[in-house]
Amino acid sequence: MSIKPSNFRAIRTPGEAWVWLTAMGLTLGLAMILFLLGLVLVQGLSAFWPKRVVQVTLKADSPQAIQDSLILGGEITKVQEKLSPTLNEDGTPGETREWQLFLGNKDVYGLGFKFVDLDQIEKTEQPRDLIKLERLEYGPALAYPVALNLKDGVTISASAPEFRAELERRVHEVNERRAEIKRIEKKEIGAINQQMNKLRLRQRALERDRDAGRNVAAELAEVAAAQAKLDGPYNELATRARELRATQQENTITYRLMSGRENTLALGQVIHFYYPNELTTAQRVGLFLRNVWVFLSEEPREANTEGGIFPAIFGTFVMTLLMSVVVTPFGVLAAIYLREYAKQGPFVRGVRIAINNLAGVPSIVFGVFGLGFFVYFMGGTIDSLFFSDTLPTPTFGTGGVMWAALTLALMTVPVVVVATEEALAAVSRGSREGSLACGASKWQTIQRIVLPAAAPGILTGLILAMARGAGEVAPLMLVGVVKLAPELPLNLEFPFIHLDQKFMHLGFHIYDLGFQSPDSEAAKPMVFATTLFLIALVVLLNLTAIFIRNHLRKKYATGAF
Amino acid sequence: MDQPKATPPPASATETTALRITTAAATPVAVQGSFDPKLIQIEGFDFFYSQNQVLHGVNLDIAERHVTALIGPSGCGKTTLLRNLNRMNDLVDGIYHRGDIKIRGESIYHPHLEVIALRKRIGMVFQKSNPFPKSIYENVIYALRVAGVKDKAKLDETVERSLKSAALWDEVKDRLQASALGLSGGQQQRLCIARAIANQPEILLMDEPCSALDPVATAKIEDLILELKREFTIVIVTHNMQQAARISDTTAFFYLGQLIEFGPTNKIFTSPAKKQTEDYVTGRFG
Repeated sequence: MSIKPSNFRAIRTPGEAWVWLTAMGLTLGLAMILFLLGLVLVQGLSAFWPKRVVQVTLKADSPQAIQDSLILGGEITKVQEKLSPTLNEDGTPGETREWQLFLGNKDVYGLGFKFVDLDQIEKTEQPRDLIKLERLEYGPALAYPVALNLKDGVTISASAPEFRAELERRVHEVNERRAEIKRIEKKEIGAINQQMNKLRLRQRALERDRDAGRNVAAELAEVAAAQAKLDGPYNELATRARELRATQQENTITYRLMSGRENTLALGQVIHFYYPNELTTAQRVGLFLRNVWVFLSEEPREANTEGGIFPAIFGTFVMTLLMSVVVTPFGVLAAIYLREYAKQGPFVRGVRIAINNLAGVPSIVFGVFGLGFFVYFMGGTIDSLFFSDTLPTPTFGTGGVMWAALTLALMTVPVVVVATEEALAAVSRGSREGSLACGASKWQTIQRIVLPAAAPGILTGLILAMARGAGEVAPLMLVGVVKLAPELPLNLEFPFIHLDQKFMHLGFHIYDLGFQSPDSEAAKPMVFATTLFLIALVVLLNLTAIFIRNHLRKKYATGAF
Repeated sequence: MDQPKATPPPASATETTALRITTAAATPVAVQGSFDPKLIQIEGFDFFYSQNQVLHGVNLDIAERHVTALIGPSGCGKTTLLRNLNRMNDLVDGIYHRGDIKIRGESIYHPHLEVIALRKRIGMVFQKSNPFPKSIYENVIYALRVAGVKDKAKLDETVERSLKSAALWDEVKDRLQASALGLSGGQQQRLCIARAIANQPEILLMDEPCSALDPVATAKIEDLILELKREFTIVIVTHNMQQAARISDTTAFFYLGQLIEFGPTNKIFTSPAKKQTEDYVTGRFG
């Protein structure tokens, strides 16, 4: 019997089209994820890349002149199609594009960005002697340096050969002094303030005793003396800080904006400077890395639109870690009872369904619950029991990193319970029976055989819980996240972990930058950069958990043959 | 283990009862010293998985330091009976039983009996070797660990003695801290035997211990069983007729939850009293 080739072609494996469909589904999902990650990566990292600064000369009588000046300039942040393109005289559409320029010098112009039509531009150039000054306030200045005015009347002109080296040295000096001021005000004065606070509390307690009729005059005098003794060092430090601040204002730099106006700025305001149009590629890479480092390691400035995100990274990290520490034992114990001890029946099935449904409760509801139960009820109780002398200022009766961690733990506990139950169910009957036959009790079997074997599965649940918890914002807004909290919840001050402290969070930081910022255009790169580092942090935490899980898997690999 | 022995060791091993099929009288295998012919007494034992009765009125006496083989086609209840001897069936929901099982004259279902104490007296080896994902050393001393033994010298001594008894010592003595999962299938099963005998139980239950092993490993385990017989009372479930013939002193044949015939192994295999037994051991069904 012979089969004709055409018969071969006619035969199709049934279901082939469905394979194609499933592949489509995966491809679509992957494409979206890659697009999102790519967008975040490119936009986030380009925020740190030092851009060239162009000087634009507008055509005469251009309506886009700024403060009567036809010369303006800045970093090109965007090229886009105009909303309503202008027409040429013959009616054909003319140049349709416009530039978005970051002007800098917000103190002078009052705005950070400006759109310039390309057909309004006479000429553009990139002057090499343009300088970018990063300042404490009003964002950077883009200008031509004119002169450095030192306090003893010496003026170093920008054309002088020693100008750059001198500026470099002075800016370095100013930065060191700023660190010194911060150290004095935060650390030393902070320590004195703390002692003062303690004394004040003691004084108040004594006064209460006095009102109750006890004779506490001696103790009161003692407290007053101690307070007076602290005044000396306090005044000394305060004077020193004041002097340093005054020194910061002594030297100034004069610069000329592209529009021609001259400005003078105290060097104390300058953080960093560079010549953007002179940078070689290597220097730009170096500057890029410096910018990333500053972003990762410093506190935010100017309503979070400048500076770094270190407190937010740290807050997110500590909160997620605390949450994991709470949610793991909680979820694992619940799952053990549910799977190993509870008599399986309609009631247990109902409990299981309820736990699964808990995962579908909107997170804001958990936030409200956390606020009501943890913050007001538990925190209030703790305050009235242990911190009654500081009331009405709440200690635990207000949002804090512990309450936030507990709230999120509650929110993610279903994930851990479900994963742990699955993991427990997957432990082979043979191992359990082997252990029981050796005379082990059920608890010993769970503890020594079942839990170690289920540990990788439990960690999978923890990974999912961490990913969900670290990215959550809404409930945190109610239970302890704030816009700015440079104090870290973990520091060298006793008792080292400050569970009552409010904290910053990357997720909330993104929301704050994107939607609460006074200049959303300026904050946009920060939003992407913060998103990038939030994802990076979650990936890092997950990789750690995956590493531990793989290690455990290797150790407890079951299935002999 | 400290429970008083209710039945004094009988003077002779030739005692028989009218109602029960007892084997000791006719045991042809030499057993050293005196022994208790009724170490385990199974009396009118019925067993149910919820509505499903799997054992019907089983009466059986198992003699001390003998190898007793339980044979029969799949689903005949032999494994269920074996798993009842250390009450491993307690783990299953919806079981109940009638009749009694006594070890040294004491009921294992006595309300004051601690099932953990019972299992310490009875070691068990499973069909599929189930070493724990721990080191070889930790596997062997697991029973001692859960019993709370901390004395290092005693643990070391137990490991060496048990592994030697299980004929595994020479193969693993240099890698006691290595994972037990790295052993071969036959070695793993012998490790499980070492683990089962580490706490010096009286009785060793074996549930088809060789069914997943190749003939070489099977031969090793069979030699081992004949060695272990000196110290332990062994009850073994097997599907392998030749194995039962080779290693057991007495054989019980089950069919559909009933004990059909029980007697000295050579009698069961050469001149069985019942037709069903003969059909089964000659391979005509089953």
